[in-house]
Amino acid sequence: MRCRKCGERAAINLRQHRLALCAEHYLAWFEEQTARTIHKYRMFEPDARILVAVSGGKDSLALWEVLLRLGYHADGLYIDLGIDKGLHYSTHSGEKAADFAAQHPTAHLHIINIAETYGESIPQLARRKRQHQRPCALCGLIKRHEMNRIALESGYDVLATGHNLDDEAATLFGNTLHWQASYLKRQAPVLPADGEGLARKVKPFCRFYERDTAAYTLLRGITYIYDECPYAIGATSIQHKLTLTQLESRAPGTKLQFYVSFLKAKEEGLFCREEMPPADLHPCKECGQPTLAPERCAFCRLWYAEDQVEAENLQSTS
Amino acid sequence: MQVIHRDAHWQFEESLLVKQLLERLELLPESVLVVCNGQLVTEDHRLQPDDAVNIVSVISGG
Repeated sequence: MRCRKCGERAAINLRQHRLALCAEHYLAWFEEQTARTIHKYRMFEPDARILVAVSGGKDSLALWEVLLRLGYHADGLYIDLGIDKGLHYSTHSGEKAADFAAQHPTAHLHIINIAETYGESIPQLARRKRQHQRPCALCGLIKRHEMNRIALESGYDVLATGHNLDDEAATLFGNTLHWQASYLKRQAPVLPADGEGLARKVKPFCRFYERDTAAYTLLRGITYIYDECPYAIGATSIQHKLTLTQLESRAPGTKLQFYVSFLKAKEEGLFCREEMPPADLHPCKECGQPTLAPERCAFCRLWYAEDQVEAENLQSTS
Repeated sequence: MQVIHRDAHWQFEESLLVKQLLERLELLPESVLVVCNGQLVTEDHRLQPDDAVNIVSVISGG
């Protein structure tokens, strides 16, 4: 197979695009396509200060790399969740993020250690909350809260995550299976800062297959953590990804069409015929971040004992 | 050829196309990248008996 640009040996065949490229032209194509996605969805301006949520995995590190190469001011945020499970998972993933930052001295890496900041790691909190088998919901809540907090406190214009097309298609698939209309409405390449205390969030890799970002990371020589989060074993999201990948193998382009057509249908008003009333968001009395809860937000309530939360809830409704 | 995929190892004595190797191992081409002697290769690449092959899974999540 030959590179379409130069005729040299192809390093990768992108079946969804019917395009084979050598290493050099693939890297250039990938960066150019990222720039196009940023422009297409009006994600941010050339002089924007971007905070990239990095996990030490291939997608987030590739995103940080590409943004820096495209000339953006992009810093990183790593959240140490304290996950070990015998694999020292958080330690190793944090090392990958730190190694990357060390190679890019113009970019700053913020590091938040959840246990040091709030007194408990994810596994400890999960045990207290009796969710130790699958703490993913707690993990997601904490990460979203901290990403938003750091983005706002440090004055970034936008928070960027490494979500790729496989992530988006799997989320879309799961939400469609259960007709989660409110989630479907909110799924998009850009989440605007539509309330006081909410950072603008973007997904510049939303049109790249996971295989594409993995290839970029490999060809750029970026070292990342190969191990999955130990709590991710058997996760529904991975099952959905595998299902979609099987469909893709029979009909290349299926995942891309599924996602892009969904965005088009959403734009044309297919899912949102009625005007939804604005959410009654107000600042959490503890951290100030927007919440629908009467007193403390869901994040702040995590760190209080259950009986104290119950007492507060009773007091607020009496 | 020595083939590694996650924690599994295989040894093949014959020459195979990447596509054939993936079929033997029941892996979907869309779910992996194949690195042969440190180079990323496409599914029509012919692997030789003395090659070192690393199959990288690309699907992650959780």
